[in-house]
Amino acid sequence: MVEITTFSGNRGLHLEEPLIFEQGCPGRVGTDIDDAGPIDEDRLGGLARKDAIGLPDLSEPQVVRHYTRLSQKNYGIDSGFYPLGSCTMKHNPRLSEKMARLPGLADLHPFQPKSTVQGALSVIDLLAHWLKGLTGMPAVAMSPAAGAHGEWCGLMAIRAYHDDHGESHRTRVLVPESAHGTNPATAAMCGYTVDPVPATDRGRVDVAALKAKLGPDVACIMVTNPNTCGLFEDEIIEIARATHEAGAFFYCDGANYNAIVGRVKVADLGVDAMHINLHKTFSTPHGGGGPGAGPTVLSEKLAAYAPLPFVVHGANGLELVEHAEQAPGAKPFGRVKGYHGQFGVFVRALAYILSMGSDGLRQASSDAVLNANYLLASLKDVLSASFDGPCMHECLFDDRFLKDTGVTTLDFAKMLIDEGFHPMTMYFPLVVHGALLMEPTETESKETLDGFIKVVRALAAKAKNSDADDFKAAPRLTPRRRLDETLAARQPVLRWKHGANAEG
Amino acid sequence: MSMYFTKDHEWISVEGSVGTVGITDYAQKALGDIVYAEVPEKGRKVTKGGDAAVVESVKAASEVYSPVSGTVTAGNDALAGQPALVNESPEGDGWFFKLELSNPAELEELMDRAAYDDYVAGLE
Repeated sequence: MVEITTFSGNRGLHLEEPLIFEQGCPGRVGTDIDDAGPIDEDRLGGLARKDAIGLPDLSEPQVVRHYTRLSQKNYGIDSGFYPLGSCTMKHNPRLSEKMARLPGLADLHPFQPKSTVQGALSVIDLLAHWLKGLTGMPAVAMSPAAGAHGEWCGLMAIRAYHDDHGESHRTRVLVPESAHGTNPATAAMCGYTVDPVPATDRGRVDVAALKAKLGPDVACIMVTNPNTCGLFEDEIIEIARATHEAGAFFYCDGANYNAIVGRVKVADLGVDAMHINLHKTFSTPHGGGGPGAGPTVLSEKLAAYAPLPFVVHGANGLELVEHAEQAPGAKPFGRVKGYHGQFGVFVRALAYILSMGSDGLRQASSDAVLNANYLLASLKDVLSASFDGPCMHECLFDDRFLKDTGVTTLDFAKMLIDEGFHPMTMYFPLVVHGALLMEPTETESKETLDGFIKVVRALAAKAKNSDADDFKAAPRLTPRRRLDETLAARQPVLRWKHGANAEG
Repeated sequence: MSMYFTKDHEWISVEGSVGTVGITDYAQKALGDIVYAEVPEKGRKVTKGGDAAVVESVKAASEVYSPVSGTVTAGNDALAGQPALVNESPEGDGWFFKLELSNPAELEELMDRAAYDDYVAGLE
């Protein structure tokens, strides 16, 4: 391929853009306001700034162009296919966005009198009702702000239960090797020790090994279902039974709930607590697009320990319980977040649920599983599928198909960028070598999937028949070529300093 | 001096009652470029198979387990500034920690180099 260089550094209408601190000139402004007069009285206790503030002086069009150009370098779910496994990057419906922007919801203040926010409280209450109904669980803590935060909430409720029942000696948590990294991190955060459980060659929890590790010091197990290999844990009932028999709780990581919503009531699986990533299953924006939310459903045993605050039906409409004394019988372990959770995400999730209906949610999870199996079936003869049989919402390949080619999973992913696709998740889960984890979600049309399949098949053939250096040089068509990840990790430059970060 | 290996790809070389621990060449290759290493402090008690150090590469973060039980006598402070030593010299300057063995009999459960090489060959 001929490398095209330009005098400007621009590539057609893809423009090079310096940092905002490297632009502008002193005294340039975007407004026409007189300079402020001298201040007679120091009301800052002698802490007034002495030096220049150090912000760039720019005109309005410079600022507009700067951020517009940066946004053009972005790639998101609104630009194209985003098969990042385990992350569930699906379309964020515009209806949900419109509802979240309704002034009556968007302009609320958390300190408003409760009588003026009955609508907002009913959003929380109705969403809670749906989450309980879909999971079959009797209670839900709405305030956790993300999936990992929900895990922590669930484990804190479990710990509160054990402490309350004289079982504080239960300090061990069993976590399968294929778990999300947040699971052991959560357990450690709660002061527990983590005991890994191996997988079978079918990519599922080794039930015999799990049973052997259960004992009177185990607080809970943390199992993701479907798991991070995209497989349903088909012995989950037996796992739950053995866990309960040992006096431990079953925490289910609900990150992959999007694969089973509307089809499986997790209460039937013996789950005691599970977070629901609203930003995955219920299609609210995440990543750079917005915050997550991780409401955590709880079983009858754990319900009393749910954190504050929560919404209850009172004599004068909906009320928000902010103190334990307000709710007889409740033993909240505390509070996990300021105010009442990610309210803007609640509005979007509820709008999604109500617009889909229970039949639509069921179809969405089915379509997500169908799309993943279409990818698996269309690619397994050229890539190496890690496990036999159909998958759930994501399909897992490993790097055996690249053996002796000199091409790595990373190189393959970089080549996909040149082809205009966001790469799949790489090197996770850790239970297979050089993992490629693809999650198409229900968002994608057959045409999009066919386009992706065509490219992946072509790249797989190219990896086997051509020089690995071609892959090592990718990506070639991006604003920046391949970055030196090692140097970035070893000597990170985390902030701009005047004169220090000049191009070198 | 004798050298022993674990299934988790740590090595220990023993002189008298003091052992030096690191990760094997196979482990550093599998991890890729090491960007961070955390070694235990002097005086810390470690147990055979228990967490002792942390190693992080561009691909993954892993625990380094102690091959035997004992008390740490020194951590390799050079790794904080130069984690690349683990890639460049896994069985030399890239060592993680030294320890005073509390139960030298545990060494008998480990592999010698020939057995470890066979074990690694079976993984590929």
